[in-house]
Amino acid sequence: MTDTLPHDPEASMYGPVTDWATDFDHADPDYNRHAHEIWADLRATCPVAHTDRYGGTWLPVTHADVTRIAYDTEHFTSRSVVVNTGEQLAEAPIGGAPPITSDPPFHHHARRLLLPPFAPKKIDPWEDDVRALCHQLIDDMGDADTIDAAVQYSQHIPVNVIARMLGFPLEDADLFRGFVHDTLEGVNHDPAVRMAAFERLDAYLDLQIQDHVDNPRDDLTTFLMNSTIFDQPLSHEHVRGSIVLLLLAGIDTTWSAIGSSIWHLAGTPGDLRRLWAEPELWPTAIEEFLRAYAPVTMARMVAKDHDFNGCPMKKDEWVLLPFPAANLDPAEFDRADEVLIDREVNRHAAFGLGIHRCLGSNLARLEVRTAVETFVERFPEFELADPAAVRWSVGQIRGPRELPIRVLRRA
Amino acid sequence: MRLEIDSDKCQVHNRCYALAPELFDVDDYGSAMVLNDGIVPAELEELEEKARLAIANCPEFAISVAAD
Repeated sequence: MTDTLPHDPEASMYGPVTDWATDFDHADPDYNRHAHEIWADLRATCPVAHTDRYGGTWLPVTHADVTRIAYDTEHFTSRSVVVNTGEQLAEAPIGGAPPITSDPPFHHHARRLLLPPFAPKKIDPWEDDVRALCHQLIDDMGDADTIDAAVQYSQHIPVNVIARMLGFPLEDADLFRGFVHDTLEGVNHDPAVRMAAFERLDAYLDLQIQDHVDNPRDDLTTFLMNSTIFDQPLSHEHVRGSIVLLLLAGIDTTWSAIGSSIWHLAGTPGDLRRLWAEPELWPTAIEEFLRAYAPVTMARMVAKDHDFNGCPMKKDEWVLLPFPAANLDPAEFDRADEVLIDREVNRHAAFGLGIHRCLGSNLARLEVRTAVETFVERFPEFELADPAAVRWSVGQIRGPRELPIRVLRRA
Repeated sequence: MRLEIDSDKCQVHNRCYALAPELFDVDDYGSAMVLNDGIVPAELEELEEKARLAIANCPEFAISVAAD
């Protein structure tokens, strides 16, 4: 894509990070690359980090603090959930991408609309299609010794499924990944460049919505256009905002979880062998990968000045909610820093906690489980082709964007 | 053992339904509900174990054993 934002760290407005406790930047490439070490250091020394970047941002890293903020809709608003350099124009309680950007009481109604299409009994029937897609992607790799499990595999799976659910052209998949990149990775670029990216996204979605006006069909876009809230049709902005949420939130999140799981297995042959010997461990293994490599850090804005655990939080500052850091807190999880694929009690927060729990978690779990199982079924033995060549995403969604894998055996 | 769900706490993670479909169902919104009035027959040890796993894996602490 030539018209997406660069992910060159030098393009940041802020420059390199000088200190992770007082000047952190979650969009610095070193943050996701070394996230587990950074969170462990902060947990031991400074459990709520702060940076002046983005107009002021806090970073709590303990399970207790992350949980407390996730449940506190009085002191923290969701009106914007992606920490970025721009001016935050969206207003509470609706926000730009309802219901993820909505606050109570509006949130309840906007969310209730979208729960039925993502309930387990609506999502389960997608399994065969997802499995067929996974096999097709592996077939397309031919018999190459080295493949890229992010570029050739995981990045395609959620994009394909959500495009079909929304009734959007599958051939626009590159465009969707470009929108995701601009919105979620290009967070520390010049606000004018970001605004232009949003305008491209809105213009594209306006065209798709108009196409659904002209050609109504049985999909989520038509469903939203026909939905009502308080007995009124949803506004165009609400329909488009919810599509932004569905399109963007489901893509690189799930793609990251699939990629991280494969990355783990590539570097941990013992776990790969054990899953072959004890396939009944798959359900606990997938939950453990979701805990240990949870891809999503959410964000809130401070709704009013208040003191949080000794931190003077000011209205309109940002607060990152690193659910993956919460999942690695030894105060909450036994042997928190180890990946135990038979961990039976696993109250992890990969999909968030409280009223903003990931709406698409059933779909995400289905895609992750099916994609990782199919990869292992087809490639019983594999390893990292070049650990130094693994490239991690930048920003609030963490996962491998380039993941060269050497296939040692094919089934 | 009798299971209860606090519907104010349930945020529709659907973990209980995935772990113990013999004991839990979900409605059209994905909200969890107990089957058989929440009663887990004591003679079925496997179900008691599944009930304990469902309780221990609910991210919102929404499932509990009734006091009666």
